[in-house]
Amino acid sequence: MRIKPRNASDYALIAFPAGMLALFFVVPFGIMITVSFFQRVQGAFYEPAFVLENYARFLSMFFAGILGFSLGLAALVAVICVILAFPFTYMLTRQSRRVQVVWLVFLLSVLSLSEVLIGFGWSTLLSRTAGITNLFVALGLMETPMSLTPGFGAVLTGMVYQAFPYTVLVLYPALSRLDPTLVEAARTLGSSPARSFFNVIVPALRNSIVSTLIMVFVFALGCYLLPQLLGRPSQWTLSVLITDQAIYQSNMPFAAAMAVFLVLVSLSFVALALLVGKREHTG
Amino acid sequence: MSTFMIRLFMGAMALFLAAPLAVVAGVSVNERKSLSFPPQGFSLEWYAQIFTDPGWRGALVNSFGVAVGASLLSVIVAFPLAWFLWRYHAPWARIVQILGLAPFILPPVITALGFLSFWSMAGFYGQPWTVVISHGIFFVTLPLVTLTLGFEAVDDSLVEAAATMGADDRTILRTVIFPLIVPYIISGLAFAFVLSLNEYIVAYMAVGFTVETLPIKIFNSLRYGYTPTMASVTVVFVVLAVLVFGLIARFGDLPRLLGAWRDDDGDR
Repeated sequence: MRIKPRNASDYALIAFPAGMLALFFVVPFGIMITVSFFQRVQGAFYEPAFVLENYARFLSMFFAGILGFSLGLAALVAVICVILAFPFTYMLTRQSRRVQVVWLVFLLSVLSLSEVLIGFGWSTLLSRTAGITNLFVALGLMETPMSLTPGFGAVLTGMVYQAFPYTVLVLYPALSRLDPTLVEAARTLGSSPARSFFNVIVPALRNSIVSTLIMVFVFALGCYLLPQLLGRPSQWTLSVLITDQAIYQSNMPFAAAMAVFLVLVSLSFVALALLVGKREHTG
Repeated sequence: MSTFMIRLFMGAMALFLAAPLAVVAGVSVNERKSLSFPPQGFSLEWYAQIFTDPGWRGALVNSFGVAVGASLLSVIVAFPLAWFLWRYHAPWARIVQILGLAPFILPPVITALGFLSFWSMAGFYGQPWTVVISHGIFFVTLPLVTLTLGFEAVDDSLVEAAATMGADDRTILRTVIFPLIVPYIISGLAFAFVLSLNEYIVAYMAVGFTVETLPIKIFNSLRYGYTPTMASVTVVFVVLAVLVFGLIARFGDLPRLLGAWRDDDGDR
């Protein structure tokens, strides 16, 4: 069906989207990279220059700590989400179509929620006056209600909440296309449901699991508000710090340098995920 | 896994996902301005506030305006791209496709910072329309994905039949393809609309100091403490999202849109 584009009017079709994406995505990206080499001016904004000092700041212990924390937190979120979402998605794809659709609507609704609203929701649920500890007190599990935020637990919970629907939707295609005869064969040969899940399904989708882990890791790296709303400043991640430098410290060059760094980290992980994902199709 | 265990686990996940929303719904009907749950008294005043308080109403109007403009723009950019990718064989066009997918895969703060540096360098920083373009580009991925699926679902024999009868590309697009992919256009629009409504960081970096959208307004108010209107806005947003995605599911094929192949898709 596909033909080679023949004349100008065929090319005109793609010119508009290509132009829009070039002007409003590639050019801003280029400007950001350029700004990352600019010189910051105290009290003003920045001035054109070619300095490496914005990148040199990466070499400090402070930055190494933030980077280590961001990567570790994102990895932890990815692992928790995949451990929860893999069996969940498997069960979901075995439900009737109607049940699946209801769940998908719910998952999409949670996924589309603003980070502001998720942060607000969890800070309410973990608060002293309206929070879950009031329920524990009513049940006699605790003496007095207490606040569970800010803290590392709150940040982790909020980020898992945000990333869980994403994880399910990334796993959903692979699991819903899984050949049902695989499990049937294992069951006929006398394997228990739990054993056939761990010995047949998990190995069959090993590569999907790894690429999902990486995709969720990149997704969690992008979380920019929850550490700020639910955590202490020591729990701020790279994304939060970039926003803070750009908006509140007016240090665009340093923010841009950190963003370039974040792009490189994310892109290399996405490339890895694509590579792993591709292996599954070729066997 | 017994049926009981499956129900227990899925129920637990449902509870986890619903819990913060349930508490927010609870505090949104408190009679007084305090953050307490279970709610004390019952009042819908905080829902009325969204429309009666000039600040909140302004943010609501801004958010809807941006979301309508941005979702239309994202479809206008995505449609010719998806059509070209489906109709023509040109490997380099994949680069444009990757550019269309990139904003969604990269951490959003990167796109946001890109727009901040772009608009300030172009001298338009803070202009209200810049956020419409920013969101339109940021969310182009969604209609691009739904439209690509839509074009793939078009039966080749219909196109061939029309071509045999002497219809040119544009006539085929208008009379055969377009009616078939309208559902995919609508779902692309809807996805982009809901996400634009909720988006914070790109909007904040583009126009945060001049235009207040609802997420920006809520974040700004959060820094000064709690107002129940935040809770009522959250509930309205959740209801709206459920409504929009529910409509897509009602009139379209949501599992297929999200990548499931059904057994009756004979060509797989």
